[in-house]
Amino acid sequence: MSWFNATLYIVAVAALIFSFVKDKKKTRTALKKSLKSIENILPAMLVILMVIGVTMAWISPEVISSLIGENSGVWGVLIASVLGSITLIPGFIAFPLASNLLKLNAGYTQIAAFISTLMMVGIITFPMEKKFLGAGLALKRNLAALIYSVLIAFVIGGLMLWLP
Amino acid sequence: MVAIIKRYRAFLLLVLLNVVIILFGYEQGFIAFEAATLNLKEMLLVLPPIFVLMGLLDVWVKRETAIAWMGDKSGFKGMLFAFLLGSAAAGPLYAAFPITYTMAKKGVSITNILIFLGAWSTLKIPLLLFEFSNLGIRFTLIRLVFNIIAIALLSWLVKGLMTEHDQQAFYEAIEKNDAFVS
Repeated sequence: MSWFNATLYIVAVAALIFSFVKDKKKTRTALKKSLKSIENILPAMLVILMVIGVTMAWISPEVISSLIGENSGVWGVLIASVLGSITLIPGFIAFPLASNLLKLNAGYTQIAAFISTLMMVGIITFPMEKKFLGAGLALKRNLAALIYSVLIAFVIGGLMLWLP
Repeated sequence: MVAIIKRYRAFLLLVLLNVVIILFGYEQGFIAFEAATLNLKEMLLVLPPIFVLMGLLDVWVKRETAIAWMGDKSGFKGMLFAFLLGSAAAGPLYAAFPITYTMAKKGVSITNILIFLGAWSTLKIPLLLFEFSNLGIRFTLIRLVFNIIAIALLSWLVKGLMTEHDQQAFYEAIEKNDAFVS
């Protein structure tokens, strides 16, 4: 994934230089806004990072495997959705974990539910989301994502069996 | 100093709690700190360029331009743009929330903000490549096709389900962040 980060940095630096050449004052305002925005989310972000650390320590990949791996069927999907909604695992850990779960005989339905909720639903990050979207919109976005994740998991699980 | 401690009290409490866990002899305390540091490094790597770009967009893109491109009447073009912006991102979903604030201030429609968030959460290009290499092309493609359709539909649906009260809360949230940032 590092090539992507490198590209991001190159684009940002290029844009910054371009902006600075065109208008120093505006560029300074822009950087001030960037800093303020980071400062604005920093307390919430540090809390999230700590909570992620704590949940990852107690709900380790091994625990997740034992919960999803042996459970197939509807319960497995529900457990996978709950785990995905609560935990916040970065992609570079989540996908290898999912791939391992498949080897442990978890179904594609459970994996799809876990991956989808992991990406779209955030219970730990909800306070932060609320701060920027307002409680109502944040709640509805998460609920819609949760319902969609569960439903689509069954569709994906079915298609994985049915498609050649 | 007091103000700083107050702002970071939840974080400090969590650190303290984890130290207590370590003092009681549970190795999970160390694992938690390790995982938190790992994630912090990830964040520190992706946040600076994203926030610099956001700041630049904020000063250079005029409100009228943003409205024309992604406002309430921007139609298909606005949706496409929201999809592209979201998938060109990096970092976890919660890094996107401060950006939606800037978008909202510039007059980007709520539907397009939701599409942007949806794309950010599941259509990030490096993430898709990683999914493909771990879970195979079939799984990744099926999910991708459904996700694109669902992000558009769900964004429209969630926007439609917003009550007056939700709208108010949305604009109040923006005002509160205004007070901090400016």
